[in-house]
Amino acid sequence: MRSQERDKLASFEQSVLPHLRAAYNLARWLTRNEHDAEDVVQEAYMRAFKFFSGFRGGDSRSWLLTIVRNTCYTWMHQNRSRELTTVLDDEIHALESEGPDPEALLLEKVSSEVLKRALDELPIEFREAVVLRELEEMSYKEIADISGVPLGTVMSRLARGRKRLQQVLTGGKGMQASASGFSRP
Amino acid sequence: MRCNSTRELIGAYVDGELDLVRSLDIEGHLHECSICSREYQNHRSLRRAIKGAELNFEAPPGLEKRIRTNLGRANKSEAKPWSLSWRWAIAGASVAATVAMLLFAALTLNRHQTGDLLAQDVVSSHLRSLIPGHTIDVPSTDQHTVKPWFNGKLDFSPPVRDLADKGFNLTGGRLDYVDNRPVAVVVYTRRLHTINLYIWPSNTDANAGGEATVRQGYNMVHWTKEGMIFWAVSDLNTGELHDFVKAQRE
Repeated sequence: MRSQERDKLASFEQSVLPHLRAAYNLARWLTRNEHDAEDVVQEAYMRAFKFFSGFRGGDSRSWLLTIVRNTCYTWMHQNRSRELTTVLDDEIHALESEGPDPEALLLEKVSSEVLKRALDELPIEFREAVVLRELEEMSYKEIADISGVPLGTVMSRLARGRKRLQQVLTGGKGMQASASGFSRP
Repeated sequence: MRCNSTRELIGAYVDGELDLVRSLDIEGHLHECSICSREYQNHRSLRRAIKGAELNFEAPPGLEKRIRTNLGRANKSEAKPWSLSWRWAIAGASVAATVAMLLFAALTLNRHQTGDLLAQDVVSSHLRSLIPGHTIDVPSTDQHTVKPWFNGKLDFSPPVRDLADKGFNLTGGRLDYVDNRPVAVVVYTRRLHTINLYIWPSNTDANAGGEATVRQGYNMVHWTKEGMIFWAVSDLNTGELHDFVKAQRE
């Protein structure tokens, strides 16, 4: 390996490899499967390395997560395209319950299992927004960049995702917490 | 601030994404409105619950090591085109001198590759793209989806044509990297053959004709038109690839 390639590899490993945890977390929540997430992350890292010469500094975590996110969707298009269609009647539910009657959330005692499942069952775009905001603590701008959508769309997806989570957790109207569990082992 | 506006912005308020003025407005409203105030509490409760639930996944052990290994291997194989060119230089004397001079000129005057090196780069990229999962970033048969997809990802807009009536099916696009720069690739198929059409901007305005070449069994035709360089690569036979090129250049 020539020194130029060695430098490129060293530089890449130093700035991009530390974000592996965030990359895997995002891929795992999007693909909902450990094995698939691993494949996607490996693929994403290979692509990131291929494009690394074009990376002109800036936030390497956002840059990598954009590649991870896009690789997830590409992978899912090829292997599980059914899961990518947003179910329409879910949208209607969301609209119907827009009314002004927030119940007090009985959340203090909610089990981790219930919450995990509720997040897992969100439509993928809402799940993506919630994971990036709540788990990776990214700003709206960062989420917009990674997801490739306008800021308004990020806010809308977050609001809807959160609303659904709240609905599940109050055990009330809308989705049932006991409906279809994790989709794959 | 009224309930409607508050409800729209409550998420952004909790996330700390609102400007000072609107934040203060909302704070004021929350003091006065029990409904919105409860909505605010719900948001905060949800956040606490999510944090408390520890929903982060840890990367499986060994994943990092596997990635490092793959990167090392990828780096080595990218080095090959350079070592090939050095072998040519050593082989024949006058040929070596010419090639060496071209290389020197290419490296010092212009970062971009010429002739043979570029063709090799293109065919290597084509080969990598044939690995399942590597071919397409945006799958779509609609030119009006594929073309705008490149916006924001490249600093040029590649022409994307629908050639379905000529028997070449648009299957999507992807970003790739050739000749030290990011390029657009528009992907077509005919029967079982994939055609990768590489597109990037040219630094001259000249239009150049369709030059054909073959590398490692793959047929390639390249041309320049209206400020863009095109390379079509495929295992499709030369006759049909030329039909494709003709349709593109119309």
